[in-house]
Amino acid sequence: MAKLDLNNLTLAGARDSLRARDYSAQELTEAHLEAMEKARALNAFIVETPEQARAMAKAADARLAKGEAGPLEGIPLGIKDLYCTQGVATTAGSHILEGFVPQYESTVSSQLWRDGAVMLGKLNLDEFAMGSSNETSHFGAVTSPWRRQGSNVALVPGGSSGGSAAAVAARLCLGATATDTGGSIRQPAAFTGTVGIKPTYGRCSRWGIVAFASSLDQAGPIARNVRDTAILLRSMAGFDPKDSTSVDRPVPDYEAALGSSIKGKTIGIPKEYRVDGMSPDIEALWQQGIAWLRAAGANIVDITLPHTAHALPAYYIVAPAEASSNLARYDGVRYGLREQGRDIVDMYEKTRAAGFGKEVRRRIMIGTYVLSAGYYDAYYLRAQKIRTLIKRDFEQAFAAGVDAILTPATPSAAFGIGEKSDADPIEMYLNDVFTVTVNMAGLPGLVVPAGLSAEGLPLGLQLIGRPFEEETLFTLAQVIEEAAPKVGLPEAWWG
Amino acid sequence: MSVDQATVRRIARLARLSLSEADVAPLQGELNAILKFVEALESVDVDGIEPMTSVMPMKLRLRADVVNDGENVAGVTKNAPQSEDGFFLVPKVVE
Repeated sequence: MAKLDLNNLTLAGARDSLRARDYSAQELTEAHLEAMEKARALNAFIVETPEQARAMAKAADARLAKGEAGPLEGIPLGIKDLYCTQGVATTAGSHILEGFVPQYESTVSSQLWRDGAVMLGKLNLDEFAMGSSNETSHFGAVTSPWRRQGSNVALVPGGSSGGSAAAVAARLCLGATATDTGGSIRQPAAFTGTVGIKPTYGRCSRWGIVAFASSLDQAGPIARNVRDTAILLRSMAGFDPKDSTSVDRPVPDYEAALGSSIKGKTIGIPKEYRVDGMSPDIEALWQQGIAWLRAAGANIVDITLPHTAHALPAYYIVAPAEASSNLARYDGVRYGLREQGRDIVDMYEKTRAAGFGKEVRRRIMIGTYVLSAGYYDAYYLRAQKIRTLIKRDFEQAFAAGVDAILTPATPSAAFGIGEKSDADPIEMYLNDVFTVTVNMAGLPGLVVPAGLSAEGLPLGLQLIGRPFEEETLFTLAQVIEEAAPKVGLPEAWWG
Repeated sequence: MSVDQATVRRIARLARLSLSEADVAPLQGELNAILKFVEALESVDVDGIEPMTSVMPMKLRLRADVVNDGENVAGVTKNAPQSEDGFFLVPKVVE
């Protein structure tokens, strides 16, 4: 009998087989630890935790044997290294937090362990989640498991959750946690042919997740298909009194929503998302997505979201402003790096200059400037007013009967490592042009793979929903998933 | 609006980031590129629009005014670069 391939399962499939005792959680974990070790060339993990994984898998087997399995019992996962994990180093991809070992566990990860999941390690990311390519990590870029057809040029997996997306696509774990401030779950999912959802603001607790821009940050999962993503979100979501913006409402069984009819659902197509310089592949994919949803019975309507073009510039005021405030805590006193100085201010300045990378310093500078006396009204206050207008655009579309909005996920497929110029930050920022509006409005957004580019790279479509209607997004995404030609997973060239 | 080199140095000081002379000119260029990018917002009519303070309508909860955490000096100071007897050590602040 051929050796059972434990590295090519879906999360839902593994869950069911573990319960049927087809194999043990320990066998499943060993197979993933081996895959993780062989894939070190991708640099997806910053910290590997094999001993913890084995102990958790053993405990999972004991619960499975007793018939006390949780919803994720024995499922090996990767955790973005922005989530604090008790007793396991947490770096946020930054030199300034190197050596930091949290004394507490983030709420979201604690819920995954409550439900029986197994931690394989901590996943690489852009420093403090600031980036769209995973190239700003202090621990080096992540290499995408995907390559252009007939080429061995190293590509980015997207960012900031680049390690999460790469590890899921490379079959190193069955799913991963991620976070999204301007597109950091959805853009890497699009680049790697995986599924990612940024839930409604307040759906997942932010407690214990290193803060970037608190009014925009949300936790969410990345997995290899819609069902697996729905299963993970159910465990990650929920009210947490420790996060003052956490929303106290029941968590639906997202998996149960799959397969519902989408007949009669109204899908809005916003004309403002047709931007200059968008690749023809993306335009074709979008039209294809519209056709698939129409064929399944959805009504397609053209809508207008007139303030769309202002979302990205407004984001580059709001997010750096909040970041400059949140990152003030890294001062060399309570945790992380300290550089010696001749007095306390000199110590702060040297520590922060040495500890933060270039992109993070740049954003702290912009944030400090737009919040400084004399500029606050012109920049920050104006951006917050524009944010109100962006949200109003969506509210008007929903009030007119739109159930969800379909857009492209990214303006292009994945690009090469080092391909975007470092001197022009805007070029990189434009990656988030379709995703950032969703964070500005606090809405749920899901990216599902829908096809391949001319060069054989995955491309994704984005679905945007009404607040707390993640179920609708999962249902619609599965229709696209089933209608689309299979995007598949990259060949394991890495080892 | 654009920033001059003196402003770059002032902002770095406010942000507590030491800056070498060689860093000033490139950073000035990068910051001005970002400021130019956000300039488009100046044309948006925001008269009478409320600035967003909470993206989801919610009322901040108040918890009971009681001590419900603490007594964990060892945990709190565990990651400090320098600590002694349960205190964080910093360079001398008051002469």
